[in-house]
Amino acid sequence: MAEWWDGFWAIYSTVIFGIGINAMLALSIYLTLSCGLLSLANAAFMGIGAYAAAMISMQTELPFGLALLASAVTPAIVALIIGIPVLRLSGVYLAMATLGFGEVVRVIVLNMDITGGPMGLNGIPLKTEWWHIALILAATLFVLGRLRRSKVGRAFEAIKEDDIAARLMGVHVARYKLLAFVLGAVIAGLAGGLNAHYTFTIGPGNYAFENAVDILTMAVFGGTSNLIGPLLGSTILSLLPEIMRSMKDFRLAANGLILIIVILYLPKGIWAPSRIRNWRRQQTASTSGKEA
Amino acid sequence: MFEQQLINALSLGSVYALFALGFTLVFGVLGVINLSHGAIFMLGSYIALLLVQQFQMSLWLAMLAAMLICGLIGIIVDFLVLRPLRKRNAPHLSPMIATIGVAIMLTNIAQGIFGAENKRFPFGTIPEDSFSLGNLHLTAVQLAIILISFALMMVLLVLMRRTQLGRALRAIAESPKAAYLLGINVEGLFFLTSFAAAALGGAAGVLVGLSFNAISPFMGQPMLHKGIAVIILGGMGDIRGAMIGGLFLGLAEVMSVAYLSSDFRDAIAFGLLFLILLVRPSGMFGKISERKA
Repeated sequence: MAEWWDGFWAIYSTVIFGIGINAMLALSIYLTLSCGLLSLANAAFMGIGAYAAAMISMQTELPFGLALLASAVTPAIVALIIGIPVLRLSGVYLAMATLGFGEVVRVIVLNMDITGGPMGLNGIPLKTEWWHIALILAATLFVLGRLRRSKVGRAFEAIKEDDIAARLMGVHVARYKLLAFVLGAVIAGLAGGLNAHYTFTIGPGNYAFENAVDILTMAVFGGTSNLIGPLLGSTILSLLPEIMRSMKDFRLAANGLILIIVILYLPKGIWAPSRIRNWRRQQTASTSGKEA
Repeated sequence: MFEQQLINALSLGSVYALFALGFTLVFGVLGVINLSHGAIFMLGSYIALLLVQQFQMSLWLAMLAAMLICGLIGIIVDFLVLRPLRKRNAPHLSPMIATIGVAIMLTNIAQGIFGAENKRFPFGTIPEDSFSLGNLHLTAVQLAIILISFALMMVLLVLMRRTQLGRALRAIAESPKAAYLLGINVEGLFFLTSFAAAALGGAAGVLVGLSFNAISPFMGQPMLHKGIAVIILGGMGDIRGAMIGGLFLGLAEVMSVAYLSSDFRDAIAFGLLFLILLVRPSGMFGKISERKA
């Protein structure tokens, strides 16, 4: 048993770590989506968090906890600064602006000396244990779960449905949007910090457009109507490359195809409570119909 | 050599404009951000290469054929992906993500078929002539790029402004439902728009493939980024705006490389985009239209 487990862990620990990190990223974009914000800046926030934490770990003797704290605080500050002007935009315009922000961050990181330029940072101490990820993921889930049922969560939902109506109802729309944006950045940054301390190396290419799209895909694939959707989506999409190893060259094509099929046929993602409820209702209706 | 830089900027900018034209056309008429436009641009380049290599077609004939094939691919994408979403009245996020899926698929398929490495047009197929005017140099390819881009842009502009077809398209852009009630064949024109947009994207692909003489499966992504920047600069769905935005971006990039540093060349597009969005979200030439309670 133990031997089997050691072998399994040696091979698949990176996959399991990856699932945890991806779950946090999917949750970070779920949070902004739940407030009706289509923000594609989360990959950039992940990068900022990763670089902040990695630089602290490599250049100072500070404990890992402080590095992780930096990976949460630094993106939060950046999000606060850019959020105030950017969040005046909505819909597609916000998506494009946040995409632009991500690209600007990538190019800045690419051209700075202290970030290692195009080579990135190498030799980041391996400090992330599986329980770090599990603990932070659980804490994130707990906070987001509580948030959903709180006044803040209801405000998010009202803004998502119709922000003008929400404003007329007395919801402070700008403030709540900023809160969602900053909290999303914190979660993404933490994921980045954790990720950097087990991949050993990070580079500017790890946090580019493709990654922003990957994060969005995980959340949309899983469904964004509750917390289970992003978890499920990120788990399945993290496992997919492992499952489809046999397809070799055309693996990504299959990925793209799955994305299209989900959007076309499961518009609310694979985990949509409303669909399951409807289905149940139909089931009970048909059985009770037979009895009568 | 300011004048020389201007010429370089003109040729780079007109390709950007040509690419962004198809992008903005789809947004204007269909109301969709088609993120597979970059992949179609890349396919255009490969198709032209294939036709030149395998069938010994002349370059310009191959370009025409590539535009046609890209247009057909555009129609297929519209029919299989965008039309079902239109019918369902899906939120604007859906076509965006679905076309990302299309882009991933097309890029990966191209990589599987042609390999990940850069491909070149066979030696001798690209005209090597160049024209000199005093100190200025203009290669035949640059000249062709500028002429073809501007010709295509003019055709599109005249089509949109002066013909019955253009009027119908503008009516659809205003309101598909009203246009339908007025007896306009909305579905047909959606297909036509997708065709034209993809054909323009394919043409841009061939021209870029010629000017850098390097074709790779991954050339679509950076171009897509530039296209996004251009249509935001010019105002989304605005055809004239896309043309001017494209030229402006070309100018900004060439000048920044020439007089500042080449390091931040790729940041220029998005830096501009970012600024424009903050100051004027409707683009440089757009009208502000805000939904009011």
